[in-house]
Amino acid sequence: MSIMIDSQKCVGCGKCRQVCPGSLLYVDSRGKTEMKYPKECWGCTSCVKECNFNAIKYYLGADMGGKGSFLYTKQEGQLLHWIIVAPDGSEKQITIDKSQANAY
Amino acid sequence: MNLKTKNLKTDILIIGGGTAGCFAALKIAENSEAKVIIAEKANVRRSGCLAAGVNALNAYIVKGQTPETYLTYVRNDAEGVIREDLVYTIAQRLNDVTKKVEELGLVILKDEAGEYVSRGNRNIKINGENIKPILADAVAKHPNVTVINRINIIDYIVQEGKIVGAYGFSLDTAVLYVISAKAVICTTGGAAGLYKSNNPGFSKHKMWYSPFNTGAGYAMGIRAGAEMTTFEMRFIALRCKDTIAPTGTIAQGVGAQQINSSGEEYEKKYGAPKTSVRMYSTVMENRSGKGPCYLKTVGITEEQEGDLYKAYLNMAPAQTLRWLENGKGPASDNVEIEGTEPYIVGGHTGSGYWVDTNRATTIRGLYAAGDVAGGSPQKYVTGCFAEGEIAAVSALRYIQGIIPTVPSMQEAEEKLRSVNQYLQGAPGLYTAEDIEEAMQKVMDDYAGGISTGYAFNSRKLQVARERIRELLRISYQLKATDLHQLMFIYEVVDRLYVCETLIGHLEARQETRWPSFQENADYPAKDDEKWLKFVNSRYVNGKVNIVLRDLVKKDDIYEHNDR
Repeated sequence: MSIMIDSQKCVGCGKCRQVCPGSLLYVDSRGKTEMKYPKECWGCTSCVKECNFNAIKYYLGADMGGKGSFLYTKQEGQLLHWIIVAPDGSEKQITIDKSQANAY
Repeated sequence: MNLKTKNLKTDILIIGGGTAGCFAALKIAENSEAKVIIAEKANVRRSGCLAAGVNALNAYIVKGQTPETYLTYVRNDAEGVIREDLVYTIAQRLNDVTKKVEELGLVILKDEAGEYVSRGNRNIKINGENIKPILADAVAKHPNVTVINRINIIDYIVQEGKIVGAYGFSLDTAVLYVISAKAVICTTGGAAGLYKSNNPGFSKHKMWYSPFNTGAGYAMGIRAGAEMTTFEMRFIALRCKDTIAPTGTIAQGVGAQQINSSGEEYEKKYGAPKTSVRMYSTVMENRSGKGPCYLKTVGITEEQEGDLYKAYLNMAPAQTLRWLENGKGPASDNVEIEGTEPYIVGGHTGSGYWVDTNRATTIRGLYAAGDVAGGSPQKYVTGCFAEGEIAAVSALRYIQGIIPTVPSMQEAEEKLRSVNQYLQGAPGLYTAEDIEEAMQKVMDDYAGGISTGYAFNSRKLQVARERIRELLRISYQLKATDLHQLMFIYEVVDRLYVCETLIGHLEARQETRWPSFQENADYPAKDDEKWLKFVNSRYVNGKVNIVLRDLVKKDDIYEHNDR
């Protein structure tokens, strides 16, 4: 699992660079953030949740059954929306209320 | 590139701002005026094991249970080889630290009477997606606590037989920090990446166990000559296939049983349902051609499926993405399970520093808590909180009246030279990644990895030791052109030290009672006299020296009388 950063959407704010637990994100020559070590990513989605511009796509490697879908998140107050995008562009959304505990 | 030294000074240095480290810092700040530095390899906001969140607190004394029953559970699960004093002092504090983290902002599920809702005998339900930002915010509120993010600590400063600080380099500027402290608390986490992983290519890392926990705390202690314990009790997790997402949420949440490919529930065939047996039974089913093995989830309700999607997004989002991407969720498709590669992780099993009841290591001035502290398995998150607090109180007591030692300039210069030699000269034949791959293959083939079904024997371990030593020699020729590469070099060197100590421990425990975790094919028979001992070690003159120690009872106060 790893991430891909959409350089069209990235504004180079650096919030994701700060939080990556592996310090894997660096700034490129255009001032945008790049994933320098995609194989070192463990898929924690910390960067995805920091990004206010939906620029970070989280996906599963093909070696573990990834088929081209990706996810990103949107924050809305206490709500965290997880949006899963299929290769055909169709979307599914799961919303989690942060003030609610897990059922399990 | 060449690093330059920069001196920092504090009362207590905490290495690693994760679960145990943050709670240690909070305890010190709330009870003293002592200055604290947390040296964090990444950023406390999302570093360590809790980066993605956690979906339950697995160590809590629920109604009807007591610290004594918790102790009994841990003792039975580890076949008796535990430090009862350590487990018990943790168990006594589990509910207090839970209350504290709730006050800090963690959401915990309560029933109508305001009681926590339990999941089994020891677990409570939470929303832990943001547990790490909660801890980071709490730490940031204390002016006496300074967090230094993106600093990779590489070794302790040892003077006159005491730990008086640590060296570490920045990931952003060419600086080697020389941090002097009256006491040091090591909370760096355990060691991942020693063995070849399930998917050794692109997806080699996964949401368990943190791949950035590279055994630095163990390795620094080994090099400094601290006594280590129970490395042979490796932890191998039973997980959802490929994503390596936790299985407990499904097994306990919807009551799913482990079944083989014919649909047979197989776990009970292999004895009492212990952590290692759940794992071992799955290995054996696969070995006898009855795999793949699954958690039987087909038939759960749509609502349960939706709840599982959410629970996994709060801790291991890959699993939910996988379900949705496949177009088949757990209600219509059983969840395949497999074992991970072995890890050394003292929060789950017993590997780590040999500490006294106060969490002092065998070297004065150094304390340990969380995954790096040995002897007390099944700490989980709350146990690491509790142990962080215990270590903090002990370190505070120790620094009373201590005059800080000024670090030797000469030793700092020597350390600087040893770091800079990796940054000078032409690139060698191998990279840190090459050495890592070689190490993982050696450990997999010869020290009981996935491909050999986790078992090993003495001859194999000898081969592993020789190869690991060769790799350690080669690793000193590695070259880095930037600070991140420098970190990769230190990480693989640390892992090699952990591997060498681990091999020594696997050889020394000549019995087999933790199937898969520690399965010595030369000694399959049970022998209580050999078993009911701790296998400890010290690294002296480049050699792992083994010492056997007696078990410690619940109400004993263990002190280091011969350190």
